[in-house]
Amino acid sequence: MKAKVFVTLKPSILDPQGRTIAEALHTLGYGTVQDVRQGKYFELDVDATDAEQARTLAAEVADRLLANPVIESYRVEVDDR
Amino acid sequence: MKFAIVVFPGSNCDHDIYHAVTHVMGQAAQFVWHKETSLGGADVVVLPGGFSYGDYLRSGAIARFSPVMGRVSEFADRGGPVLGICNGFQVLLEAELLPGGMHRNRDLKFICEHVSMRVETTDTPFTRNARAGQVLRIPIAHGDGNYYVPPAGIRALEANQQIVFRYTSPAGKLAEAWNVNGSTDAIAGICNERRNVVGLMPHPERACEVALGSADGRVILESVVSTLAETGVAQVT
Repeated sequence: MKAKVFVTLKPSILDPQGRTIAEALHTLGYGTVQDVRQGKYFELDVDATDAEQARTLAAEVADRLLANPVIESYRVEVDDR
Repeated sequence: MKFAIVVFPGSNCDHDIYHAVTHVMGQAAQFVWHKETSLGGADVVVLPGGFSYGDYLRSGAIARFSPVMGRVSEFADRGGPVLGICNGFQVLLEAELLPGGMHRNRDLKFICEHVSMRVETTDTPFTRNARAGQVLRIPIAHGDGNYYVPPAGIRALEANQQIVFRYTSPAGKLAEAWNVNGSTDAIAGICNERRNVVGLMPHPERACEVALGSADGRVILESVVSTLAETGVAQVT
């Protein structure tokens, strides 16, 4: 089962990379892109019996390793097809 | 007096601190590979600078799970002096031995230059020989040195006088222009509540001899040597 974890900087944290990307987009003429926040995306291949178990496990590893709760937050999606 | 210098895959300032401790300070030091489960009876533990695990995921995020880090935590819990320099500071943050987190420098550049940092408290084993307000000229070399702690965390650090070093002008004045990497409150180094664990981004071990452009970093090593000489060595295996 695939679990996807999206890690992003918390809204209160300045994201200089995202801002630089937004400025580059403005230079390219995409003035309607008001802001960019850059994050990280992880695909976990999980041996789980159901989506809820996979989701719980993904959240646990995100808490312990994938995200630093001081500066980052995360979101989990499970693809149980 | 024996220093343990923890070596992770990707540490690259381990020999710099070894040189400063042994050849400059005349103390004993040994390298401790991160897979070890003993600190070899060390009196001081140093986590050196570098790029442990290639900075994969986040700086210090993987190294904190190395086997030796359990011993480092125990050593810290027993009051043993621990110094984290640059990547070593990042590892201490990830290990939650120090509060806060580190992210990309404000201007996105890797910065390698001498900076001025002001000693904010002499109440740590690594600053007791310094003067409060003393400005040290020390090199930095980092891309992820932008220290962040949320507002409540800053208030706690200030209330407990856990801010050990701040980036300032050479005259010791605080200004955003001197806050080289954009750190919260220009913080260059902090300690834990118990004050025995200190982390800083600048590299004092590269500023221990006049030939290297500055010997201002010596006071940090001299402080811990004199602290231990006075309080006795607390050996932890």
